Amino acid sequence: MSEPEELSVEINGFSCRVWQKGQGPKLGFLAGFGGLPRWIPFLDALARERTLVVPSLPGFPGGERGHTVLDSHLDWVLAIRQLLHKAGLEGADLAGSSVGASFAAEVAAIWPASVRRLALIAPWGLFDEQAPMTDPWAQRAPDVPGLLCADPEHWNQLKAEPEGANSPEWSIVQTRANEAAARAFWPLGNTRLDKRLPLIEAPTLLICGEQDRVMPRRYADRIAAAIAGRTEITTIPGAGHLAELDKPDEVAAAILRWTT
Amino acid sequence: MKLMWFHLMPYTELPDDFREKHPSVWVDIHSSLFDPRRAHLMYNDFMDELEFAAECGFDAVCVNEHHSNGYGLMPSPNLIASALARRTTDTALCVMGNSLALYNPPTRVAEEFAMIDCISGGRLIAGFPVGTPMDTCFAYSQNPSMLRERYYEAHDLVMRAWTEEDTFAFNGRFNQQRYVNIWPRPVQKPHPPIWIPGGGSVETWRWCAETDHVYAYLSYFGYLAGQATMDGFWKEMDRLGKDRNPYRAGFLQFVGVAETREQAYKLYREPAEYFYGRCLHVDPRFAAAPGYTSEATQRAGVVGQVAQVARMRRFDTLAREMDAIVEKGYVIIGSPDEVAAQLRQVATDLNVGHLMLLMQFGNMGKDLAKYNTKLFAEKVMPQLTDLFSDWEDRWWPQPMTRDVRASLTPFRQSAMAAQ
Repeated sequence: MSEPEELSVEINGFSCRVWQKGQGPKLGFLAGFGGLPRWIPFLDALARERTLVVPSLPGFPGGERGHTVLDSHLDWVLAIRQLLHKAGLEGADLAGSSVGASFAAEVAAIWPASVRRLALIAPWGLFDEQAPMTDPWAQRAPDVPGLLCADPEHWNQLKAEPEGANSPEWSIVQTRANEAAARAFWPLGNTRLDKRLPLIEAPTLLICGEQDRVMPRRYADRIAAAIAGRTEITTIPGAGHLAELDKPDEVAAAILRWTT
Repeated sequence: MKLMWFHLMPYTELPDDFREKHPSVWVDIHSSLFDPRRAHLMYNDFMDELEFAAECGFDAVCVNEHHSNGYGLMPSPNLIASALARRTTDTALCVMGNSLALYNPPTRVAEEFAMIDCISGGRLIAGFPVGTPMDTCFAYSQNPSMLRERYYEAHDLVMRAWTEEDTFAFNGRFNQQRYVNIWPRPVQKPHPPIWIPGGGSVETWRWCAETDHVYAYLSYFGYLAGQATMDGFWKEMDRLGKDRNPYRAGFLQFVGVAETREQAYKLYREPAEYFYGRCLHVDPRFAAAPGYTSEATQRAGVVGQVAQVARMRRFDTLAREMDAIVEKGYVIIGSPDEVAAQLRQVATDLNVGHLMLLMQFGNMGKDLAKYNTKLFAEKVMPQLTDLFSDWEDRWWPQPMTRDVRASLTPFRQSAMAAQ
């Protein structure tokens, strides 16, 4: 696993890290809950076949405190739109996970020409009273890894403080990622994305971890049914909510297949 | 110094096995544990106790706000304060307070506090807590990432609503109001004294210094644990060039007084163990909400009270039995002379001019609460009131003089006669 090229773009006066790696047509990826404090095998799997571009969401690792000026959902969506534009992803294929998937869907809905094909891993943005999404914030610390990943060790690997990291800054950055997600999705994860789903024309792949303990499967069914464009749902055995952490190769393969 | 009588209004009948069978006293405490018919009696007992404390001569009676909470039955302390405004005469009414960001629009707080100030003839102390994560972010679903900014903005809005003479438009980041013009207006000018209950964050201390509000440290863990926080507060005041007027600060302390220390130990053991065993049983899931604690405070390593309890539980240092509760200073017990000597020491060491005393705690019944209150008023209070007499308390209510205040109609006698 080699390191990506690291660039940065400015959104609302805050710097956002943009990772880039690989060759071929561009594919964007927006991180899931917790963000990307480090480069992960899943990104390498995508970068083997495509020019992978990974802009950090405001407030997520690499995204400074950019979330603190986003007060409304409109602020968020506009910031993500600018982020994708400045990262050179205009008109490219776009993938995302949980929080990032929700924003990818928003952009595809509101600016249909800006996204070619869409791949969404367990997107947030809806709330089903019959099958409530698990509260990702009201959790005891030891329960979080097993909530987000089928194998808790995969979450721990993502979040483990590297040797020589500046403590407590590392943990502050991880808390900030949770805060940024909360700022956009508190308290229910419901941004009323369902109202905008019918505007999505891009062919959309929905990816579900078979062992997703945050979001019941019916969310994917509802989203697929509401999207105007062609949709497909694929379930990844042995994967949890952040399926890309549990099964990097399988999830990457599904995305590459859909966007090729 | 000022001696203030504080009530949390705890539900007094949580079951013995509460800690084993129920995950949390707060947020998702089960409704089956709440019997409204029993609560009817509790509320009336608690209000009797507050009125009794006022009659006994405490400088203030204090109430506060909690939501979905088994140890705090006052979602609206303003309801209790307005009843107290009618059943007390000279005692200050300390509402500690209204969590500003929970009110939409926040001018609701300006209005209700102004009502209490008018009804009471200017006896209100207006407390503005941010509110705990349990109350604000979980029970009331406020966004933790915006809570503080909303709180500061709401504070500015309330201050303007109280002080500006003309109708104005408020164009805030979170609140927009075309016509702000509250009726009624507070009796106290320019506004009632403002007290800020807070944890140990440097930002709060600075803000209190800047706005000239009282900082009140409402810890359940007594003077020993509170020393470091209050030392930090005073050092920051020194740094900012503020004087060490002890009335800049308030501090909460549990107290149980009896004829002898042995008797006090016996009398207050059960209510103290009930409080520290059951009432602080909060699920760590709700101890923190991301963004609630500022990054500066995270860097300083300061944690909130319930996060502190979670940490104490993890390391098994939370005292739940009377010996340790007393030893750690959570509750001060003893004969009147012993309690007076200890409180004098505490007030001096912490340099706190406003002592907020919890004299009903846990499942303490009305008789014992009144005994504690009366004995304190008769034998402890006189030994303390002279403390800090060299300092001016600029943060105390300025009521209307008695001769121009309404006289209360003794409704009870006429009601009894009618029966």
